Amino acid sequence: MSEFSLKIDGKDVAASDDMTILEAAQSAGIAIPTVCHHEKLEPFGGCRLCTVEAEAGGRTSLVAACIYPAQKDMAVKTRTPQIDKIRKVLTEQLLAYAPESEVLRGLAREYHADKDRFPKEPSFCILCGLCVRYCAEVKQKSAVGFVERGPNREISFVPEIAAKECWDCKECFPLCPTSALQAAYVLTRSLTSFKSTAQPEAGKQAATNTVPQ
Amino acid sequence: MINSLTELEQFRQGILSKKDPDGIRVSVCAGAGCLASGAGKIIAALNEEIEKQGMQDRVLVKGTGCPGFCERGPIVVIDPDEICYLQVKPKDVAAIVSKTLKEKKLIDRLLYAGPGKDEKTVREADIPFYKNQERNIIGNNIKIDPKCIDDYLALDGYSALAKVLFQMAPEQVVDEVKKSNLRGRGGGGFPTGIKWDAARNAPGDTKYVIVNADEGDPGAFMDRAVLEGNPHSILEGLIIGAYAIGAHEGYVYVRQEYPLALENVGIAIRQAEEYGLLGSNILGSGFDFKVKVHRGAGAFVCGEETALLLSLEGKPGEPRARPPFPATRGLWGKPTNINNVETWANIPLIVNNGADWFNQFGTGKSKGTKIFSLVGKIKNTGLVEVPMGVTLRDIVYKIGDGIPGGKKFKAVQTGGPAGGCIPEEHLDIAVDYDELAKVGAIMGSGGMIVMDEDTCMVDVARYFINFLAQESCGKCSPCREGLKQMQRILTNITEGNGKEGDIELLEELAMSTGSASLCALGRTAPNPVLSTIRYFRHEYEAHIREKRCPSYSCEKLVSYYIDPQACTACLLCLKNCATDAISGSRGQIHVIDQAKCTRCRSCYDVCPPHYGAVLRFSGESVPEPIPVERRTLVEKSKAI
Repeated sequence: MSEFSLKIDGKDVAASDDMTILEAAQSAGIAIPTVCHHEKLEPFGGCRLCTVEAEAGGRTSLVAACIYPAQKDMAVKTRTPQIDKIRKVLTEQLLAYAPESEVLRGLAREYHADKDRFPKEPSFCILCGLCVRYCAEVKQKSAVGFVERGPNREISFVPEIAAKECWDCKECFPLCPTSALQAAYVLTRSLTSFKSTAQPEAGKQAATNTVPQ
Repeated sequence: MINSLTELEQFRQGILSKKDPDGIRVSVCAGAGCLASGAGKIIAALNEEIEKQGMQDRVLVKGTGCPGFCERGPIVVIDPDEICYLQVKPKDVAAIVSKTLKEKKLIDRLLYAGPGKDEKTVREADIPFYKNQERNIIGNNIKIDPKCIDDYLALDGYSALAKVLFQMAPEQVVDEVKKSNLRGRGGGGFPTGIKWDAARNAPGDTKYVIVNADEGDPGAFMDRAVLEGNPHSILEGLIIGAYAIGAHEGYVYVRQEYPLALENVGIAIRQAEEYGLLGSNILGSGFDFKVKVHRGAGAFVCGEETALLLSLEGKPGEPRARPPFPATRGLWGKPTNINNVETWANIPLIVNNGADWFNQFGTGKSKGTKIFSLVGKIKNTGLVEVPMGVTLRDIVYKIGDGIPGGKKFKAVQTGGPAGGCIPEEHLDIAVDYDELAKVGAIMGSGGMIVMDEDTCMVDVARYFINFLAQESCGKCSPCREGLKQMQRILTNITEGNGKEGDIELLEELAMSTGSASLCALGRTAPNPVLSTIRYFRHEYEAHIREKRCPSYSCEKLVSYYIDPQACTACLLCLKNCATDAISGSRGQIHVIDQAKCTRCRSCYDVCPPHYGAVLRFSGESVPEPIPVERRTLVEKSKAI
């Protein structure tokens, strides 16, 4: 592993080649907004709110800080008029699903995003994938996953797995940046539509259990 | 099994010596398009008729690859005279055999008709469609039965492989490809040699090479034609690449929707294995390489290389961030080199003829030829291979023969769904990677869709954004949400619900989707929107401000009306109306019931031009229908 320094917002930051731009920035106390990122999980690069401008080898590009490797002599800008514009639009798009989300409201204040700019889509899910990835990577159960693609993408619990695994876990609930109730809702929907003879009350109980913090 | 270079050359001489020097060869295009219009029946009828006439010893009939002139298929080429017959039907077969094959006489009606009525073109190479091309890759298709490896060997096939295995070190092969300046033909345009070098230098013993044949652009079929028509050229390129990079396993990732390509590639692999051109100890050189075919399940995004890799691994086909690039961490974490079909097909040509030969075609930073699928409102639909740097105007007018039906050209969309629409004023740009980018379009994989004055550019943008939204994997929010919003706004505009500020909002969404998305699908997706706003802003404004579609194409913004002064009560429109929206009878002027009309346009299309009684309205209201008591048709002279 080699150690080097790069510039983030004009500040010299020490980093190593196993670090992402986000990690390098965080180690130097420079904040970059994230929604889909979690320390326990593999970088995903899905929400793109951490988009920054990185210049390396004479090339400037917009990259996702959470997943892009820090490089020697790289110069990173975490705020530019364009980056702010991107974050504003992305926040507005996500707010259409979850207007009350604290994470998104904070971003809206910072980037002057209008929560009513796009028509409301009452799914409450912004598809950050935290629940999906936590279940797969940390719990290694894959009880919840993505289905469909593009604008039709949604999260869904696999009833056969969820009916067995979700009882004593529900660790994904508090990870949800929009509302813990969202995962509870999707879980309930999956389980109530699942005709399990083994645990007919599965859905009801799973949803009413208290969330372990 | 061919075990050495000498054996390969002996084998090749054997094939060539078996050829009857005075024999006649009848090649029938057996590509997907010609097969669909009856090429299979023509081949069967030819064989039957030739036997009936007792000519089977002198005539050889072959189903071959697609030569590209799809507009005029099924195509039959008779050698040695290169007589090219077009739009051949099974009923023409008897005449072809008795007249042309037996008596050496031409059948005029099957020949290409030049601009003058009596001007006929006999030889394939003299037809303007072909004459203005440089067919390095696709030119061999008509000479090869893709199911027969001997046909490929007869055309010096696998000689490039023999050359690298016995005369070149892997580094030399990489260097030659670098010197050729070949750039990826799948869309990205990344220098192939540099990509190979990275995979070659990446640490690791296990490496992979992959053919990306997941061609998914609407209207694009160049990779399909090469795969179906000359699969060995791709395999040869792939084996050479494997040798250069140090890979011993490879995959051909073909979309499931290409059954003939899958069949022909499968046959080609088996034949190459039997001949010792694939497998262990290829041609006795000590080099081992095997290939498997993987069938893609139909997701457009799997043409993106990282998504393709995950799909190959059995995971959902969603792109992942680069770096790490596949050259260092690809399939199952191993160094992997992925190139498009056409890129691979160029490799044997570069090895055999040298990088200097390749560099004579093309422009400064774009060398070689490129195959385009020329489709849309164009007279000569088909596959066109031209040197980089040819102008769009030459492709559209010299090769494509212009727009059918006397209509005016409006735009050409290059680069697939995420390409840009280029207007008339830029028709003289040289077609290469950089010039296309300058006008807001991309090379992409080579789709070229021509549009005429009847095409609404807002509707075109809506169509492509709709396609891309459906095909977005949904992993990253700028692509998923940006495309969804753009789709909503464009649909609104084409339905008359656009409002002030929509264009600016589209531009803002395009900026965020185009600059923050994870993969090239999202990063290029705004092109159709941005290029149509750039060149056809007035069309957007007409839709938004006047609720008018200048091309009379957006159904919700167009109304049809029958001019009572021009209607002759001929019943033609009335009979063709699918929803019985037209009332009238013989002698009674026809009237359209606007509430029943679905704006299908058929009345407008069937009304004879010399009457021109059906009028179109957009952005203004339709006149009131003529009162019932005045509908009885009176003689024109009396009416005045």
